[in-house]
Amino acid sequence: MGVIYILWLREMKRYFRSRAQMIASLGQPVLYLLALGFGMGPVYARAGQGNYLQFLAPGIIGMTVLFSSVFSGMGLLWDRQFGFLKETLVAPQPRLLIMAGRTLGSATVAMMQGLLVTVVCILSGFRPVNVAMVPLGILFMALIAIVFSALGTAIGSALKDMQGFQMTMNFLVLPIFFMSGALYPLTTVGPVLRVINAIDPLAYGIDGMRSALLGMVVGQVRFGAGLDATVLVAVALLFLSLGAYSFSKIEI
Amino acid sequence: MIRVENLCRTFGSFTAVDNISFEVGKGEIFAFLGPNGAGKTTTIKMLTTLLKPTSGKIWLDGLDPQVNQLQARKSFGIVFQDPSLDGDMTGQENLELHAVLYHVPRRQAKERIESLLKLFELWDRRDVQVKKYSGGMKRRLEIARGFLHTPKILFLDEPTLGLDPQSRNQLWAQVKQLNENEQVTVFLTTHYMDEADRVAHRIAVIDHGKGVALGTPAQIKERTGTKTLEEAFLSLTGSEIRDESADPAAAMRQFAQMWKR
Repeated sequence: MGVIYILWLREMKRYFRSRAQMIASLGQPVLYLLALGFGMGPVYARAGQGNYLQFLAPGIIGMTVLFSSVFSGMGLLWDRQFGFLKETLVAPQPRLLIMAGRTLGSATVAMMQGLLVTVVCILSGFRPVNVAMVPLGILFMALIAIVFSALGTAIGSALKDMQGFQMTMNFLVLPIFFMSGALYPLTTVGPVLRVINAIDPLAYGIDGMRSALLGMVVGQVRFGAGLDATVLVAVALLFLSLGAYSFSKIEI
Repeated sequence: MIRVENLCRTFGSFTAVDNISFEVGKGEIFAFLGPNGAGKTTTIKMLTTLLKPTSGKIWLDGLDPQVNQLQARKSFGIVFQDPSLDGDMTGQENLELHAVLYHVPRRQAKERIESLLKLFELWDRRDVQVKKYSGGMKRRLEIARGFLHTPKILFLDEPTLGLDPQSRNQLWAQVKQLNENEQVTVFLTTHYMDEADRVAHRIAVIDHGKGVALGTPAQIKERTGTKTLEEAFLSLTGSEIRDESADPAAAMRQFAQMWKR
């Protein structure tokens, strides 16, 4: 247990020491939020869907958590050749504990980024409908963070070189984001997109956050919080086992 | 302390290590030399449980690293060819983390960290982030870390690569001092023949995965009828240049150099 804690603590120290990076990684979500939120807002309102910024904010928070957790997982590749990871892989410790500490650490970092973006959203005019439901929203944020940190660990352990990074980004991470319904409502789209959306884990995370933060508004929520949480927990367990397996197979 | 019998490792049809056997005694400094791609790093990876041998036997302090993996890992320290420090943490924090990973009791760790940081002349800079250290300081910190859990064996894979002569001399002096004081067995690889000549008690030369010579530096020079170890090395392995095949690690190393990390 001491090992998981100290590896988690290391990720925290690194996060709080690299303020520049912390701010820099806020750039993209803020840009999405402001450009899309204010740019598309009038169109969205004219289509009779209400306030776009309200709808968009949970999606942008989800995006932030997704990118942050997958990236730190995939940083494994670099870390095991030129970084500290190698030191932990020869240590007299079971790989499972090392993986757990690292994944928990990157999930926590992703959560913090998500919370920072939440603050930015609120400053831009986003308002949760019911403050009592905010903790539920944060719980969904945590689930997203765990699911995708585990996925990042699984992919990062299997990658052999930096080219694989680009591949994963374009063919996995970006599709996960765009098909998740973060940017547009899914109740009115065609059947193909609906099917793809239903197999995208991030869709359940964002849907869950919307249920919690916006209330169960028809047209904005697709699955409902109960189903969302069930699916996310199941996927988290799946990805964690996958991550643990592929981490245990790393040879350096 | 280290015993290797008929060790082989193949990658597909390529034989990286081909039937190597040797023994290293307690407290000995043993240099493992060979041109690029001769199989040095592959051998170190097998000795340090990071790679499974295709065939052959290894004993570290009487333990089979395949069977008692965690126990075997506790018995050695390692300094890798590529850096493995956490640049965002301070020197002291890097060592503290190592102590937790290796189950060193807290009070003992505190004393040991202080004495090692002083020996390697890093005590004054212990609260500085490692990314602000010079190349030589980083290497010294890694070696100090390798010694931290009082291992019986220390593996050093090209520890002096890229260091100036001052840093190299100082580094070997410190390693020698710890070797004498604590009777640590040191297993090293290097491309600097003069270092191997001065530091090592015994030397093994390998080429194309096979052992080609084993003995004290004097014996090897005598056998090849040469004056310096460098000449002996060239006469054993030929002067043809070996280009390492471009494996992903090499490609990344090149990339890392561009960024001067």
